[in-house]
Amino acid sequence: MVPGAPPPATVIADMWRGIGRENPVLVQFLGMCPTMAVTNTLANGIAMGAATTFVLVGSGLFVSLFRKYIAHEVRITSYILIIATFVTLADMILAATFPAISKALGPFMPLIVANCLLLGRAEAFAAKVAVHRAVADGLGMGLGFTLSLSLLSALRETLGHGSLLGHPLFGPRFEPWVFMVMPPGGFFALGVALLALAWIVELRRRRVRAVA
Amino acid sequence: MSNLAWIFVSTLLVNNFTLVMFLGLCSFFGVTAKIETAWRLGLANTFVLLLTAIFAWLLNTFVLGAAPYLRIVAFIVVIASAVQFVEMAVRKYLPVLFRQLGIYLPLITTNCAILGLALFQTSRHYTLIEGLVFAIGAGLGLTLALSLMASIRERIEVADVPRIARRMGLVLVIASSLSMAFMGFAGMGSAP
Repeated sequence: MVPGAPPPATVIADMWRGIGRENPVLVQFLGMCPTMAVTNTLANGIAMGAATTFVLVGSGLFVSLFRKYIAHEVRITSYILIIATFVTLADMILAATFPAISKALGPFMPLIVANCLLLGRAEAFAAKVAVHRAVADGLGMGLGFTLSLSLLSALRETLGHGSLLGHPLFGPRFEPWVFMVMPPGGFFALGVALLALAWIVELRRRRVRAVA
Repeated sequence: MSNLAWIFVSTLLVNNFTLVMFLGLCSFFGVTAKIETAWRLGLANTFVLLLTAIFAWLLNTFVLGAAPYLRIVAFIVVIASAVQFVEMAVRKYLPVLFRQLGIYLPLITTNCAILGLALFQTSRHYTLIEGLVFAIGAGLGLTLALSLMASIRERIEVADVPRIARRMGLVLVIASSLSMAFMGFAGMGSAP
């Protein structure tokens, strides 16, 4: 047993944690830069989520495979190298398959390396558990990340462009709320989403107290 | 010369790294509770940005022409080593500053502003001098954003805020209005 290892859990529980209670964006506030920068259209949000999931699963797999051979002193550098390799792969695959989206994401694709979510999961989880758990955790965190990005980008594209995945929704008389697709709109949309979430939690807490 | 001045103003205000380009948001939200730490971290970042600009230029000029697919790996390894070096130097020669910065010094490695600077410098084909001006503008812009946010948050600390807004929600809405203010500089034109 490795010191500080997470308690044993089923594969499903490992996966579910990233989607729900430890959601990287809405609960842990990790990976904020891509969350804000690429969520102006739904296609960009999904592409960024998928690429991050790919890197999370790949780096989780390799960090866990080599966990007994990586010396403690050089572990951060080793994790960064593994992550950077997978980011390079993801960057090239995206550029080859969806060149338009790759151009829209621009420097934020290589910047996945500096996403604290990846190094955080490698250090806190993948380096301490067996391979299947590391992969399940990567998949769960990736799905949770993709889900939050999709929700945020769907909201911003609907209000800011009046369309979803490029298809117009409201007809020609709709006046787009351009603010939502500009940089301040990113902060604003996530801020309002978090306020709403906190409000729901608060209401539920009050109801529990009223019953008790 | 006017080109250099333009790069400086553009990165400092029009395309502010934090508020308009969304780079380095972790420290923008994580380290802006106290104004003292905020501007110190900003200046430490500026120093690492300057080093990165030099190293990125060296890599682009002498190494990566032969192997462009190694760009991401090479940049991140060089940045991690540079931060390690700065940490050792500061610990040896400026122990007081080292204690004040604490954990934030090593965390500069995962600040996306640093890697972002290297990538932008590459895609815009900056020369060494342009790259250095770009780094100073970006670093001071970062310091400006961190200090503004920290001074607002210090005031909020003593204000009567509704319970649901005490965590990140309110901070994000404030960041939105700061970002909106910086959008006002957009009238000065876009990047060359």
